[in-house]
Amino acid sequence: MCRGINLFNSKKIDEMKKSIDKWEKTTLEESLKLKSERKKEFFTSSNIVVKRVYTPLDIANKDYLKEIGLPGEYPFTRGIHATMYRARIWTMRQFAGFGTAEQTNKRFKYLLQHGETGLSVAFDFPTLCGYDSDDLMSKGEVGACGVAVDTLKDMEILFEGIPLNKVTTSMTINGPAATIWSMYIVTAEKQGAKKEELGGTIQNDILKEYMAQKSFIFPPEPSLKLVVDTIEYASKYLPKWNPISISGYHIREAGANAVQELAFTLADGLTYVEATLERGLKVDDFAPRLSFFFACHNNFFEEIAKFRAARRIWAREMKERFQAKKKRSLWLRFHTQTSGCTLTAQQPYNNIVRVAIQALAAVLGGTQSLHTNSMDEALSLPTEFAVRIALRTQQIIAHESGVTDTIDPLGGSYYVEWLTDKMEEECYKYFDKIDKLGGVVEGIKRGFFQKEIANSAHKYQEGIDKGEIIVVGVNGYATEELMPVPIFRIEPEVEKKQIERLKRVKMERNSKKVEEAIDQLKKAAEKEENLMPYIINAVKEYATLGEITKALKEIYGEYHELLIY
Amino acid sequence: MMAEKIRVLLAKPGLDGHDRGIKVVARALRDSGMEVIYLGIRNTPEQIVETAIQEDVDVIGLSILSGSHMYHFPRILQLLKERKAEDIVVIGGGIIPQEDKEKLEKMGVKAIFGPGTSTQEIIKKIKELIGNKKN
Repeated sequence: MCRGINLFNSKKIDEMKKSIDKWEKTTLEESLKLKSERKKEFFTSSNIVVKRVYTPLDIANKDYLKEIGLPGEYPFTRGIHATMYRARIWTMRQFAGFGTAEQTNKRFKYLLQHGETGLSVAFDFPTLCGYDSDDLMSKGEVGACGVAVDTLKDMEILFEGIPLNKVTTSMTINGPAATIWSMYIVTAEKQGAKKEELGGTIQNDILKEYMAQKSFIFPPEPSLKLVVDTIEYASKYLPKWNPISISGYHIREAGANAVQELAFTLADGLTYVEATLERGLKVDDFAPRLSFFFACHNNFFEEIAKFRAARRIWAREMKERFQAKKKRSLWLRFHTQTSGCTLTAQQPYNNIVRVAIQALAAVLGGTQSLHTNSMDEALSLPTEFAVRIALRTQQIIAHESGVTDTIDPLGGSYYVEWLTDKMEEECYKYFDKIDKLGGVVEGIKRGFFQKEIANSAHKYQEGIDKGEIIVVGVNGYATEELMPVPIFRIEPEVEKKQIERLKRVKMERNSKKVEEAIDQLKKAAEKEENLMPYIINAVKEYATLGEITKALKEIYGEYHELLIY
Repeated sequence: MMAEKIRVLLAKPGLDGHDRGIKVVARALRDSGMEVIYLGIRNTPEQIVETAIQEDVDVIGLSILSGSHMYHFPRILQLLKERKAEDIVVIGGGIIPQEDKEKLEKMGVKAIFGPGTSTQEIIKKIKELIGNKKN
């Protein structure tokens, strides 16, 4: 990188240096004598030391065009589009799902009625882990923290009356992503839509499952192979679909700090690119459809710097490491969700404020879509009332705050530019460490990421326990009074209803055809073919998620976590 | 037997993968001098009870953030009863509404810790519970 004075006149910089020296000896010293600062040192959440004040000196050596640039142009620090929110507000996409497909279908329609512009499906844990609702492992979990999907039938009900060629849908599904996506594709086709019209995202980021979230099924290598199958299939048949959403959100929620979230997520992304290139695809044929998903926490400027750094690093790596040519291949497009783990069960109404701050940081960071958490989520799944306030928070930012009128309004801030550089520098340090370990998969096997994340979670809790970190309403400004919010409840009959439907589907289907389809799938898996056509075929015959997963477990085996804490 | 360490089995029943809290607790309990057996995620109630008996633990600590608490806690209490191991104290934490917390405590869960609980509070409570039992 070019170093020297680029942004300002060198004579002026010399003057500034002198002025700052003088300021430190006079104005500052006098102030400190009167009252010392609250802490000896100030840190961001990633332990980056924050200086007292930032001045032009902190960014004087930047090469504006090369390192910051203009919106819509390399290296995209200021945003991937030339017009950003002046042309189009981000997609307001609220994650929702609970109980049966009928109930979630109703919630989707409610959200669309209230101005939501895209759907996002939360599945229950059995679905996330590839179990049917009647499996022993599923007991107590059916429909509890997401919607239960066992067969194509559930998917058909989930999107009844919602035209899938008009809305875009994001699905948080990883281990069994290929199967759930197949169910979605078949449902859309049954509605009369064409594959090439379908827009949306499957999370499908298996690497972070071993680090966080933990809804893995198979070991890392065959899982990575399945991810490449979906990327390849999308690049051929569903050009508007994002076959992967490379996610830092769960890594962050599991305890990682902002730098770790940034570094581990981008390292995962680079691993998917390498694996897909090995399959023989050309970088510009699939890179434009890779998408990202980050968390947004309370440390306002650090989050904004994280998003800006992420865009710049990704663009550089895609261009220089993989020689991508298309502009879209260089774009880091991302979804943001405000941080669940910053919400408090104590004084839950305060969470509305936390969500607003985090959502604002995501917008200032240039997000393409946003989910705002509801105030009651430290207590239960959100009520409709709470979800509406969360959605309104986004709408207030979009229409009342004025932050959408100009692009990257914090670009050029001495602090934000400095911090963006710092995040990038720290990120590359992690890239080096990961390379030395032999890459992401090897790092997972050795427990590197798991340990890093657990350490950060521990450190954060220690900070709270010692009172070094104040969480309002928890270890500061706590009150005895209860501030009750209404609790959202799942009706207990969900499990029974779901199991009954599964039984009915199994009785009505052609079981011989199901057997054949599963058999063909297994053979294809052994021959390392792309499994998408075989899974779609099985799904059409109403093979269950559990049956398909079980068949693949027979070929691939199962993953068991390393017990690291 | 003052020197004897308190033995705690920590596990996540069912399929819930939210393991940040339980790991932080595991480390804090270990650092406070307890013997911690960490079973990780995806355990059936049967596996948890079996291990608790085999390992002769004083406490089973469960973490549930997936909404399945009204199934898993009672099921584990029931299995302990069937195995005549009711002396093992069951505690837990997670996203558990107040109303359910009260119900579970009535059933025999000795303590439920919600979000925001400090690790000192958990350590203190375990020492109280086990101290009482041993006296």
